[in-house]
Amino acid sequence: MNFWHFIIANRQQVLELTLEHMTLAGTATAIAALVGIPLGILITRVPQLSKAILGSANVIQTIPSLALFGFLIPAPWIGDRAGRLAILALALYCLLPLIRNTYAGIRNVDPTVVEAARAMGLTDRQVLFQVELPLASGVIVAGVRIAAVLSIGLATIAAAIGAGGLGEFIFRGLAMVNNQVILAGAIPAALLALGTDSLLGVLERRLNSLGLKS
Amino acid sequence: MTLAPSDEPAIDFDHVSFGLNGRPILDDVTLSVASGETLVLLGRSGSGKTTTLKLINGLQIPTQGNVRVKGQRTTEWDPIRLRRNIGYVIQDGGLFPHFTVERNIGLVPRIEGWDEVRVQARVRELLALVGLDASLVARYPSELSGGQRQRVGVARALAADPPILILDEAFGALDPITRSQMQKEFRSLQQRMRKAVVFVTHDLREALLLGDRIALMEDGRLVVNLTTAEFLRSQQPLVRAYVEAFSEPPRESA
Repeated sequence: MNFWHFIIANRQQVLELTLEHMTLAGTATAIAALVGIPLGILITRVPQLSKAILGSANVIQTIPSLALFGFLIPAPWIGDRAGRLAILALALYCLLPLIRNTYAGIRNVDPTVVEAARAMGLTDRQVLFQVELPLASGVIVAGVRIAAVLSIGLATIAAAIGAGGLGEFIFRGLAMVNNQVILAGAIPAALLALGTDSLLGVLERRLNSLGLKS
Repeated sequence: MTLAPSDEPAIDFDHVSFGLNGRPILDDVTLSVASGETLVLLGRSGSGKTTTLKLINGLQIPTQGNVRVKGQRTTEWDPIRLRRNIGYVIQDGGLFPHFTVERNIGLVPRIEGWDEVRVQARVRELLALVGLDASLVARYPSELSGGQRQRVGVARALAADPPILILDEAFGALDPITRSQMQKEFRSLQQRMRKAVVFVTHDLREALLLGDRIALMEDGRLVVNLTTAEFLRSQQPLVRAYVEAFSEPPRESA
């Protein structure tokens, strides 16, 4: 049986696992963005915290992913369901690019433009929302893009703790020593990552064309 | 917005010093600017001109002495209210690159809560005032020439009709022809507006053209503060040096 036969024969399951995969990676990226972008903003305002926060996010990324899933199993509520646990672990992994890009994006806004905004009597909040965030948005979206691709790739490992997703095929194929089954998980996952990457890339370029005009 | 009574200066520096990390930047500066008057701060880079401007709009706070704007110390003003009373123009306009001309000019009126009809009317009025065509409203700053950007910068500073205007090397990035045109237009604009204006430059010709008074600064100190006529007659060595540098024939100075 070749790869295409396997896909067609199991199309229902391929579709289900792909959707499950997208839900895992998508939810994780969204949570990471909701935490990481505000943290990135925070460390532009309180630079004393930047070392601690960027350092912690860095350390999390160095933990091997399987080990991180393992560490989180004893956590209350989170550990009860494999899906929750996988989302939390993926979100933790995605924090670093989001914090770092938000921070770098805001720091790289032309200081004369920010000063002009302050001198015109914009409040701190207005400077952030009307000037800094719009001008940093291209770099921030680049961070979201990295985070999304990262979590789509890592979500294949979530199957190891029973969270589902396209990793199911990969682990099953490994156990069966069947390359067709491995590819049935790996190829849709790769296509998902590539599609997300180019879609967010278009958005990123569009936003950058606003900020880079000077 | 009401102006201060005529006997009270719009801007008043009373023995103001300013230092950053223990390094003195301004030393005992005393000066004042009345409504309708243009004071030019003349001096080399690093002489303290820009710092003096930032003390007016509260971007910096004096380490000694007091800066009063419309009679009130800058430390007592709500910094947001203070800055909305002071139009600020910088070199190359300092425009928001992600806003159209219309949004750049209309920003302060909008955050001041003006209704949309009034904002639109004001933007059109200001474009005409600074000599720009109304068709430019939808352009982004990157789609304008240097002179157009500078005009938008002036229009933006005037948007909410502030009683005070401060300009930092405002025409410094322009080619000589556009620059001279902008200077003449600004002078006639000021004759109509009668605002309190502080204009920073290192160009003596610009200072003589635009200023009622010239305050010459060097190493954070105020060397002289004279009317333009007095300035040209002054025997003060640094003033002489400035006047001579600008009256030398080009071949010798090259």
